[in-house]
Amino acid sequence: MAYALQLLINGVTLGMIYGLIAVGYTMVYGIIGMINFAHGDVFMIGAFIGLIVLTALTGITSIPLAIAAAFIVAAVLSGVYGFSIERVAYRPLRGSFRLAPLISAIGMSIVLENYVQVTQGALDRAIPPLLPGGVAVMRQHGFVVQLSFMQVAIVVVTLAVLAVFTWIVTKTPLGRAMRAVEQDAKMAALLGIDTNTTISLTFVTGAALAAVAGVMFLLYYGVIGFYIGFNAGIKAFTAAVLGGIGSLPGAVLGGLLIGLIEAFWSGYGPLAYKDAAVYSILAIVLMFLPSGLLGRHEVEKV
Amino acid sequence: MSAVLELHGVSAFYGPVQALREVSLHVNEGEIVTLIGANGAGKSTLMMTIFGQPRARTGEIVYHGENITAVPTFEIARKGIAQSPEGRRIFPRMSVEENLLMGAQVVNYADYAKNLDMVSELFPRLRERFTQRGGTLSGGEQQMLAIARALMSKPRLLLLDEPSLGLAPLVIKQIFGVLRQLNRETGLTVLLVEQNANQALRLAHRGYVLVNGAITLEGTGSELLALPEVRSAYLEGGH
Ligand SMILES: Nc1ncnc2c1ncn2[C@@H]1O[C@H](COP(=O)(O)OP(=O)(O)OP(=O)(O)O)[C@@H](O)[C@H]1O
Ligand SMILES: [Mg+2]
Repeated sequence: MAYALQLLINGVTLGMIYGLIAVGYTMVYGIIGMINFAHGDVFMIGAFIGLIVLTALTGITSIPLAIAAAFIVAAVLSGVYGFSIERVAYRPLRGSFRLAPLISAIGMSIVLENYVQVTQGALDRAIPPLLPGGVAVMRQHGFVVQLSFMQVAIVVVTLAVLAVFTWIVTKTPLGRAMRAVEQDAKMAALLGIDTNTTISLTFVTGAALAAVAGVMFLLYYGVIGFYIGFNAGIKAFTAAVLGGIGSLPGAVLGGLLIGLIEAFWSGYGPLAYKDAAVYSILAIVLMFLPSGLLGRHEVEKV
Repeated sequence: MSAVLELHGVSAFYGPVQALREVSLHVNEGEIVTLIGANGAGKSTLMMTIFGQPRARTGEIVYHGENITAVPTFEIARKGIAQSPEGRRIFPRMSVEENLLMGAQVVNYADYAKNLDMVSELFPRLRERFTQRGGTLSGGEQQMLAIARALMSKPRLLLLDEPSLGLAPLVIKQIFGVLRQLNRETGLTVLLVEQNANQALRLAHRGYVLVNGAITLEGTGSELLALPEVRSAYLEGGH
């Protein structure tokens, strides 16, 4: 019981990070129908920007201020990366055959990984724990369930970011424009929506969310490398598909589920098969719900 | 009378297929102009070509004296032209309200409340279904929404592609009545494509007949209504 509770806490924390990355996959898929395979690498770049900011500010400013700065700088600069990636690698291929942007995305992913490897080094980089400590939520048979402050912070930050993001998508002109372009780009243009700018802003938003996830990953694990985008990216992509690609709540739900599956499998099952478990569950869900858990299947007149 | 819209020798293609052949026409300020023609004549293509979808391959499209032939679609919309397109193109996963908001976005929601009152009065059904998703509306309701969405942007030139499609005769009458009213009271300029040639020609100041992508006849509504070739091709068997 206590052990399961601990796994639940760990799983939710991890799931939040996956969920934030998954939102970016699902947004881009929604608006231009492509899987942005370089998205995981934007997450990685966000983590590195966070690392650089934190290292630079440690000792100069207070720790909360340094952390806040890391989030903001990482989100803004990663937004610039997201914008540039779309301009350079995807927009010129819009309207060409369907696989072209996909191949370009894989190329972009390799470029970004190598670029970080060259500029930041191939060795892992670490930061000291910045928010140590936590509370013991429960004790049972000598097992203490720990809820670290960092875990609380991750959950709170994710929920806050998702709340702001949901408000943007559902209530603001920009969010409506994004959904309009997703549903009928030509009609959106007839209504005066600049579809190119809207697509760019979608990439910027997705990249900023991935960067927030990257900084949280850095703070949570304390160690990052140029390769972390690959694994996290694939997991988040899986989360987006599991939740129903194109669905924003689905991405968050998928992220949470993947985090929980991973945590519980690592806790009870053979660790080596952790990833196999995740993908098996994805395969099983897709067999019964081909459009994912919250994917669209309602009847519509168009 | 100054021309709001002029087309000079406009040709448009879908790949190798030519859909418009050297079309020239004009719409004057405060006019209702209708375009009639058989299925596949190129009416919807003409309406979309004004927005650059597809682009005119030859010729010129001039709006209020400005050549807009190569202007991006969204910027054309920002100049005050609105279209209720063929197929309605309602955003299916947005509510009625959000669809109307999309119409008003281009003018930054200017006079939103006033325009909303106007379209709700025009189509009380939309008011009742304000929170319903566009994709679940009936065909006729979607048609009303498409027209209402176009009106929300306070257009200086309104393009309507078969607004009567799928609507009950009473509602059609009402829409035509509203168009006449808007035209008289606010001077709204309208370019109207209709299968329902009889009613359209009665409403319009002038009309054009499009055959296989080319304009073959033009005249005032009553002139066209009186022509035997128009009567036999577009009116007999109609109302
Ligand atoms: N996207 C397209 N690709 C290829 N050909 C097209 C396309 N859209 C229209 N066409 C062709 O162009 C011609 C004109 O079509 P258009 O839709 O403009 O006709 P219309 O006058 O609006 O007809 P209707 O009264 O049936 O709506 C037709 O022959 C049609 O098949
Ligand atoms: Mg048509």
